[in-house]
Amino acid sequence: MPALLEARGLRAGYGPPDVLHGIDFTVEEGGVTALLGANGAGKSTTLRALCGMIRRAGQITLGGARIERAATEEIVRRGVGHVPDGRGTFLELTVEENLRLGAYTRRDRAGVAADMERMFGYFPRLKERYRQQAGTLSGGEQQMLAIARALLVKPRLLLLDEPSFGLAPLIVREIFHILRRINAEERTSILVVEQNASLALDLADHAFLLETGRIVVSGTASAIRQDETVRRSYLGY
Amino acid sequence: MTGNRSALGGALVVFAVLLALAFVSDSYHLFQLTMLVVYAVAVLGMVVLTGYNGQISLGQGAFFAIGSYATAILMANYNWPYWATLPVAAAASALVGFLIGFPALRLGGLYLALTTFALAVAVPQVLKVDALSGLTGGVQGLTMDKAEPPFHLPLTGDQWIYLFTLGVGGLMFLLAWNLTRGRIGRAMMAVREQSTAAEAMGVSLAGIKTRTFAVSAMLTGVAGALSSIAVQFVAPDSFNFFLSITLFVGLVVGGVDSIPGALFGGAFIEFVPNIANDISKAAPGVVYGAILIGFMFLMPRGVGGLLARALRRGRKLAAPAE
Amino acid sequence: MIGLLHQISSGIASGAIYASVSLALVMIYQATHHVNFAQGEMATLSTFVALTLIHAGVPFWGAFVITVVLSFGLGVAVERVLMRPVMNAPVLTSVGVFIGLLLIINALDGWIFGFTIKSFPSPFHSAHPLLGGLVSPHELGETGLTVVVLTLVWLFFRFTPLGLAMRAAAHNPSSARLCGINVSRMLGLGWGLAAAIGAAAGIMVAPVVFLDPNMMSGILLYAFAGALLGGIDSPLGAVIGGFVVGVLENIFGAYIVGTELKLTVALIIIVAVLLVKPAGLLGRAVQVRV
Repeated sequence: MPALLEARGLRAGYGPPDVLHGIDFTVEEGGVTALLGANGAGKSTTLRALCGMIRRAGQITLGGARIERAATEEIVRRGVGHVPDGRGTFLELTVEENLRLGAYTRRDRAGVAADMERMFGYFPRLKERYRQQAGTLSGGEQQMLAIARALLVKPRLLLLDEPSFGLAPLIVREIFHILRRINAEERTSILVVEQNASLALDLADHAFLLETGRIVVSGTASAIRQDETVRRSYLGY
Repeated sequence: MTGNRSALGGALVVFAVLLALAFVSDSYHLFQLTMLVVYAVAVLGMVVLTGYNGQISLGQGAFFAIGSYATAILMANYNWPYWATLPVAAAASALVGFLIGFPALRLGGLYLALTTFALAVAVPQVLKVDALSGLTGGVQGLTMDKAEPPFHLPLTGDQWIYLFTLGVGGLMFLLAWNLTRGRIGRAMMAVREQSTAAEAMGVSLAGIKTRTFAVSAMLTGVAGALSSIAVQFVAPDSFNFFLSITLFVGLVVGGVDSIPGALFGGAFIEFVPNIANDISKAAPGVVYGAILIGFMFLMPRGVGGLLARALRRGRKLAAPAE
Repeated sequence: MIGLLHQISSGIASGAIYASVSLALVMIYQATHHVNFAQGEMATLSTFVALTLIHAGVPFWGAFVITVVLSFGLGVAVERVLMRPVMNAPVLTSVGVFIGLLLIINALDGWIFGFTIKSFPSPFHSAHPLLGGLVSPHELGETGLTVVVLTLVWLFFRFTPLGLAMRAAAHNPSSARLCGINVSRMLGLGWGLAAAIGAAAGIMVAPVVFLDPNMMSGILLYAFAGALLGGIDSPLGAVIGGFVVGVLENIFGAYIVGTELKLTVALIIIVAVLLVKPAGLLGRAVQVRV
């Protein structure tokens, strides 16, 4: 499979010091890639760097075009949906308005309406809460709203920052099940950041492991699962 | 401690120079110097508030007015001696500062700016009101007698007024300097830097902020009282919103967290409008506005900040071994 | 009784003006957490431009539209040149910059257009007294026009994608960017819109209070009071607050403190709101970010 996203020598950080010290990785077209690592390894930083939300240097290619200098909104327009950590819900706005914001860049009204209906197929609860203020949703519902909002961008690549964070195990399983369907049915490539490595490896076909801003292991999900370091430190067996 | 000692030394030299000027200047320049000291004390009140507490007052002219009118009313209507009015002027402005500051200071920095902005716009109206004109003289204002030198000292009235203003002003600077260096000063700075942490360590946030604002109002009120004594006349229109803005510009030019900077602020307020006025009636506004924006972008710590940096560099050059 | 009704109706008329300026302030506060102290002076400048156009022979409504459009441009320019560099600076910096802008515009108004008080034509005429003599034609027309403007603004924010994007950019800029929204363009539009609303308010109030460089200073004060009363982060609250302040100002002025002390009413309202309900009528509780 060809690479949809490719990063070469990616450095990034918040102040002068780098958090990422030049990492190389690819996300394959149509696949799910997991980005693993401990707290503070630079996982969220990687996603933010891809989207141009922080200072970054190096090469980032999306579908053949260089995007390392593009502004966040430009990268989004080129087909990157990002579910940020903390979910980025517009709490003061309604569920409907949140979803309409997801489709802000699109001009195909009919397509948006159809996609909206498909989102309700994945997440029926959003339809029930359509007119409600997003701030009144539960954590799981907000996560679903955030995923639906990012999908309405009609992204080629979906970035997910800790989708399991702070949610009950049952909800997490439901969400990951839906993500698998989305990957299969929408042909959306996914790059998912997770602390819960076992969960992420179940979903992913490729993975790599970040430690203090460097990639230490990478490979197919099954190979990673066999890796000594990953097993001991992140899978716990 | 060398820092403190050299600061004190510098202050004494400046004071001595200002003192000496009393005996070599003509009455016109003496009046200008008097007003310089007056404005410096008024700006000092803002330094204590903004520099050491991180709060912004856009209505300091109101406290200046309260101090001025306290002195003027007591002198003109009740024949008090000028020196005896100062404590009353100080207390009156501190009290109003406390009352205004108490509700606004519980909230963020912008609320005090908004409230004091309203105060500054409202005060001239209150001073003009007919019901109070028996006390305030209404639109006409009040005229007072000129202060005479005591003990038959061989001084002119203008010299004496300048020396008196300088003496009181020096005392106010000493007071502010002491305040910011003591226990309360440390608490004040803690409030500015990390208000939540300060609160966790047992500093009463609202209490410290309100008291600081009262002190700030008091200092500016004393400046107002001194200006009444020097000008021997008060009228509502001298205390319009533009006065508050002028003091704010003086603060920014001098440096918001610099006590010596207040002196530069005072000099700026006294001399720059005179120069600008010669160009056009509108020029002071443009000059002030441009200076304000320019300082914010290019020199946010004002002349005082520049001075402190130069001093530090000089000291480093003088003692390279350390 | 007629007297009281008269006070209330003219309170509503001036309240409409305060509501507009309050809304302009709150729109900018919501998006940037800064208060534009120069909002009133920008409106005064716009009103001078309108008067100049009218004197040059442009019909009233033509001048009105041209001025509102030009003011929109002025707002965008102010955001771009002055606001953007101090976006994340401390409160003192933004206060300093906007007070500076206030001084400059105020002085330039005087320099270019003169300091004398000028009369301003009203587009609303009627030979007959309206509503039994309760309101003047100008009061009625001015209130009606302002209500139309405020309604249009509400419809824009509530029902158009651009309005929604502007709200999103104000509430949560980083999320808005992830939806593909150009947040800095939204901020510019917000400033433009605020300046345009202010211009309309200035032109509507000028026939009543007459035009001079300081025309808006008192009105800005009432607008502050209205914004705080309604809740400084609530646009709807600001509009309601503006109307309430207008009515209170007239009633207090007529029956309690006297017209001489009207401005003090604004101060009293501000202090009372901060003491009793700092969040305002419709605002969220004031939170201090750590």
